[in-house]
Amino acid sequence: MNGLVKTMSELRAGNRKALIPFITGGYPDMEMTESFLTVLVESGADVIELGIPFSDPLADGPVLQAAATEALAGGTTPNQIFAAAARFREKYDTPLVFLVYYNMVFHRGLDVFCQNAAKAGISALVVPDLPFEEAENLDQAAEAAGLVNIRLLSPTTSDERLEKICKSAAGFIYCVAVTGVTGERAQMDSGITSLLTRAKKYTDVPLALGFGISTSAQAKVAAESADAVIVGSALTKIINESKPHNHLHAVEEFVRSLRSAIDGGEKYAG
Amino acid sequence: MENRGKFGQFGGQFVPETLMAALGELEQAYNVARGDEGYQSQYREVLKNYVGRPTLLYHAEKLSLNLGGAKILLKREDLNHTGAHKINNALGQAILAKRMGKKRIVAETGAGQHGVAAATAAALFGLDCVVYMGEEDMSRQALNVFRMKMLGAEVFPVVSGSKTLKDATNEAIRDWVTNVRTTFYLIGSAVGPHPYPTMVRELQSVIGTEARQQVLDSEGRLPDVLIACVGGGSNAIGMFHPFLKDPVRCIGVEAAGHGLETQSHAATLTKGSPGVLHGAMSYLLQDDDGQIAPVHSISAGLDYPGVGPEHAHLKESGRVEYVSVTDQEALDAFALLTREEGIIPALESAHALAYTAKLAPTLTPETTLLVCLSGRGDKDVEAVARLTGVNLS
Repeated sequence: MNGLVKTMSELRAGNRKALIPFITGGYPDMEMTESFLTVLVESGADVIELGIPFSDPLADGPVLQAAATEALAGGTTPNQIFAAAARFREKYDTPLVFLVYYNMVFHRGLDVFCQNAAKAGISALVVPDLPFEEAENLDQAAEAAGLVNIRLLSPTTSDERLEKICKSAAGFIYCVAVTGVTGERAQMDSGITSLLTRAKKYTDVPLALGFGISTSAQAKVAAESADAVIVGSALTKIINESKPHNHLHAVEEFVRSLRSAIDGGEKYAG
Repeated sequence: MENRGKFGQFGGQFVPETLMAALGELEQAYNVARGDEGYQSQYREVLKNYVGRPTLLYHAEKLSLNLGGAKILLKREDLNHTGAHKINNALGQAILAKRMGKKRIVAETGAGQHGVAAATAAALFGLDCVVYMGEEDMSRQALNVFRMKMLGAEVFPVVSGSKTLKDATNEAIRDWVTNVRTTFYLIGSAVGPHPYPTMVRELQSVIGTEARQQVLDSEGRLPDVLIACVGGGSNAIGMFHPFLKDPVRCIGVEAAGHGLETQSHAATLTKGSPGVLHGAMSYLLQDDDGQIAPVHSISAGLDYPGVGPEHAHLKESGRVEYVSVTDQEALDAFALLTREEGIIPALESAHALAYTAKLAPTLTPETTLLVCLSGRGDKDVEAVARLTGVNLS
């Protein structure tokens, strides 16, 4: 069974909401990325979303754009990230999900990319610029390699499309909580509650909320209606705002606070 | 309209989920508009009385004589209001935005030509207009920035990535994703997700449709060869498309920058490979990992690492030939047309002229060459002065 699918169903059985932190591979450097992965697991992450930096991340706001730009300037390559993922997999069972823009998958070859990812212990792909209608080829390649190609929904998704998307989903469905790019928001889109309600009509696949969730309070609210909470830009900002020697500690503290918020305020003991 | 905008394996809709509904809404609105006499007559009316169409077909007799070979005809898109073919598209989309009840348009621009066209259309139709422009391009094209502001547009500098057209396009798309319920994305070339490449081609096809009839009227037959420059490729697809079923050779000219053997060019179809950027599958200049490569052209309008998906298809099918000329060849052609004909071409159009200068001498005087003079060169005069070592201050 796919590691992500297994973890998500175990979490549901245990009535636990999933915390899915996101970090950009190679930001601020590959060595730190590997340390972050360990700290994220130890601070309470159930699944980790690992971004492969792309030159033109059009779904991302300023914080994650800057992280990708810096990672690429530092020479980060997909192969380095595959290797880091494989080393992580030797030590931990926590599922890893790649956030990757479609051109990088397409350019390597859909089958080759999926095989490389599977070999590195990746469970799933989130491809933010690949809507359902264009996903057939990647779905096949992913399935052949034992990966899940994660579906995305947004508040603007029509009912007609929503049904098709939900019915072909596995692992979790990435519900984009705002109309916009990644990055912190004062509040969620007003359409988000109805999006979750609409999606639940068609699917039992866990629903993950992401984009714009930046504080413990927002994570808590998100976890009340969704099965999983994805936090990216806010975590990257925590990295940006801490001194290099303090990155790991700052990340740990922030992720623990998210954990305890979505667990209903109880302190996460680790 | 093509099935979900596929041209062979190219085109499609590779966008964030949030935009899928907007693309569906746009496609539906455009499908209704294109078959609607009200829309079509309003579009024809502004082209005639506001843009000044039809544009002239001009026999460049001295240029033909100088080059010694084919008879060269110029399709004078430089005579359009705002100085280039861009206005044909901007007005067509602005009318559509208005019909859709959108109050705000966003646009990307490289040199500023499309930004000026979009700001002009917004002024005419009473729409709010936001233009994204790379910080690098803003400093190179300060006059166009001021022009857009005078027209009432807000111009936002883009500081991400290479700070040029590619990044301005990313930023315009990000704005659209964020404000999708109220905003119309007025794209400037035959690129982007479906239905944009088809819509822009149809709006720009007025170039080729007019030219085809004008050549038939003046020459009594079709031209033998068409030549147009290709960045995103909107003037080229507008010129070529009405001739694609005719026995007419079509040549798209890309920017070879400092040379194809260097890393400093923008010859996407000549040197690139298939990939996905800005919502469509097409040819791209990219590295081994699929990162978009930095590009260079002396012409800001051609300085783009992608190309319209229909061009990618026309390359693979072999129907259109794609060649390239260097910065220097374009500069030489810029000077040649200026001196021979008293017409200052845009540096983009100078690329089409540079290839014309290579091809014409190899052909007989009975051969007719139709060149799309896509824009005028006023905007480039300062840059050309700088590049040729003339101090204007």
